Amino acid sequence: MSATVIKNARLLDPATDRDVLGALLIVGGRIVSLAEGAPHGLPEGAAVIDAKGLCLAPGLIDMRVFTGEPGFEYRETLATAGKAAAAGGVTSFVLMPDADPAIDDGALVDFIIRRARDTALVNVLPAAAMTKGLRGEELTEFGLLKEAGAVGLADGRQSIQSAGLLRAIFTYARNFDLPVLHHVADKTLVGDGVMNEGPLATFSGLKGIPAEAETIPLARDLQLAALTGVRYHAAQVSTAGAVALMAAARQGTGAISCGISINNLSLNENDVAPYRSYFKLSPPLRSEDDRRAVIEGLKSGAIDVIHSAHDPQDSEVKRQPFAEASDGAIGLETLLAAALRLVHSGDVPLLTVLRALTSRPADILGLPSGRLAPGAPADLIVFDPDFPWVVSEAGIVSRSRNTAFEGARMTGAVLHTLVAGRPVFSHAAGLGGVWA
Amino acid sequence: MALFQHRHLLGISQLNQYEIVDLLDRAEAMIPVSRQPRKTLPTLSGKTQINLFFEPSTRTQASFEIAGKRLGAQVTNMSVRTSSISKGETLIDTAATLNAMQPDVIIVRHPASGAVELLSQKVGCSVINAGDGAHEHPTQALLDALTIRRHKGRLAGLTVAICGDIANSRVARSNLLLLGAMQARTRVIAPRTLLPRGIEGLATEVFTDMQEGLAGADVVMMLRLQHERANGKMIPSVREYYRFYGLDAEKLALAKPDAIVMHPGPMNRGVEIDPAIADGARSVINEQVEMGVAVRMAVLDALLADQPQVAA
Repeated sequence: MSATVIKNARLLDPATDRDVLGALLIVGGRIVSLAEGAPHGLPEGAAVIDAKGLCLAPGLIDMRVFTGEPGFEYRETLATAGKAAAAGGVTSFVLMPDADPAIDDGALVDFIIRRARDTALVNVLPAAAMTKGLRGEELTEFGLLKEAGAVGLADGRQSIQSAGLLRAIFTYARNFDLPVLHHVADKTLVGDGVMNEGPLATFSGLKGIPAEAETIPLARDLQLAALTGVRYHAAQVSTAGAVALMAAARQGTGAISCGISINNLSLNENDVAPYRSYFKLSPPLRSEDDRRAVIEGLKSGAIDVIHSAHDPQDSEVKRQPFAEASDGAIGLETLLAAALRLVHSGDVPLLTVLRALTSRPADILGLPSGRLAPGAPADLIVFDPDFPWVVSEAGIVSRSRNTAFEGARMTGAVLHTLVAGRPVFSHAAGLGGVWA
Repeated sequence: MALFQHRHLLGISQLNQYEIVDLLDRAEAMIPVSRQPRKTLPTLSGKTQINLFFEPSTRTQASFEIAGKRLGAQVTNMSVRTSSISKGETLIDTAATLNAMQPDVIIVRHPASGAVELLSQKVGCSVINAGDGAHEHPTQALLDALTIRRHKGRLAGLTVAICGDIANSRVARSNLLLLGAMQARTRVIAPRTLLPRGIEGLATEVFTDMQEGLAGADVVMMLRLQHERANGKMIPSVREYYRFYGLDAEKLALAKPDAIVMHPGPMNRGVEIDPAIADGARSVINEQVEMGVAVRMAVLDALLADQPQVAA
């Protein structure tokens, strides 16, 4: 069995709060051991990589990714998303069921798993639709979907409006111990809104989306989660009010969690002006007060997970008048770099940011990865937290170009990505040496 | 006259008070042209003007067309019904297509805020915003200002009450910006369902009681209430709206005795305004239409006649 030692690495394991210089041994695609200081007891013939003091961390687990396969392959395929993920240090991602057809059937989950196995560089974890055709009306076959390999249930960009239907979904999901990843948005309060409600929307003549479009359905969901005991994950929160609701609800049960898009942590409504449709997102970019509140929520643990909300859209639907443009931005490749902004600004400790990108999503999904522990899959990244670079359209790996970080200056880059010990990405400025 | 420094007129927000005064002075000078028997100037002779209207409009489109023709430009009208927009062509495709026809100016109206600015980035000629969503309608604000200035002799220090559907009105936004830049005092009057959040940020006083809002006003500017807004979603009924926010003699009596009454048109008589007021002595509504042509001539002249000629 092939063995690799990565020595002289800054081992970062958010699951155990470890941040030490040391070495890590990989055999047969799994982490076998890790040690502080110099490696010892190496297997014969092991490849040795000198990490030169760079960071070695679990690969990122991105809980919210859209591709275009099947149905919109011109936007993104599992293969191209996999390449973008590898370049961004994402070793596993949860695939939203929004495709054509929607992934609402065991056979389709099986199709995704096979296609991903054959074409994608990273682990693709399909979330199945919780309602047939993502229509928000009838339950899908949760048991069969789980058997086919779905890691959870989601309705993608849609939000279930009926409390009665949600209760049934939560109750039945608990039956099969499947987590429910729900995007919360009250349709009647979102209305024709296209950006955060407030003076900026008013000044621009754009319809606003109030924070209550998120907090009211979130409060409903949390009560139903408590009632049913489901493993509930609020897919993406964006407001100060949602942070407060999550913090309060956590007093009761351990089965609830929430995620946030990196966009809502690093950008705000001012980035939208004037009418920059690449910043048109759902949930919308909020006020700076909200952004400060969600950063505090990340620090306090009220927010569990940071995801990319990678949503490839072509220029045909994106380069439109703001209100008519599609929502969404790609983000797999910039996820770590954008998250490191929170570290460099002094807002959030490095291990806290990494925890939200690795071990917390693994815990929520029940995955063995997301940690530097003997026996865990060797899904790993080597990154330089201080590497300077500029996001440019020409450098984008994803098939779509709708990044919200075009031209942004980043500090920190992924240099190597390993999936089950196998290198799937190496940066031009990466370490030399032969990776087994 | 000073050289007008802008390539496009996308909104009042891009203008300072000197540029506003310059445009109003130019418009003032254009008024006699339309009143003489031979209503033409050769200023824009040989220029091509395209009116591109994605929303139906009678008066604004006609006003721009007449303004262009009186300056000697060749004017082509494109409306959404006859265009390929409904066939799925994007706004940017349309811009590129029209741009290839080498126009000198495109006048654009579009239902989406920011759409005119987006189009302006994709063409090599001047663009005039004839109304984009609920964002701006700069020539309307300029013609309103010209009308006010002709009656009151000034803008600074006047109290202008704007009443009606503030939330959905580009006319209100452009007027608030222009009047603010000219040191007039503005008020907005509307039921709370038609007031957008943060409107105070446009340096205006907010009233939900029309009587209070009209007290001492020099100018009363009424806005059109779209019928579909009075369907029980935002406003329960036309009769309730008229009772509380319609301009009648009783309410107008609270404004200054010499207050003028304005409306951007088209009016809904009996919805936002009493027909007797609309057609009464204090109404300057028809004069606004006349000033509209003068202002649009002035804007076309400023954008096109002043542009340094650049070899291709």
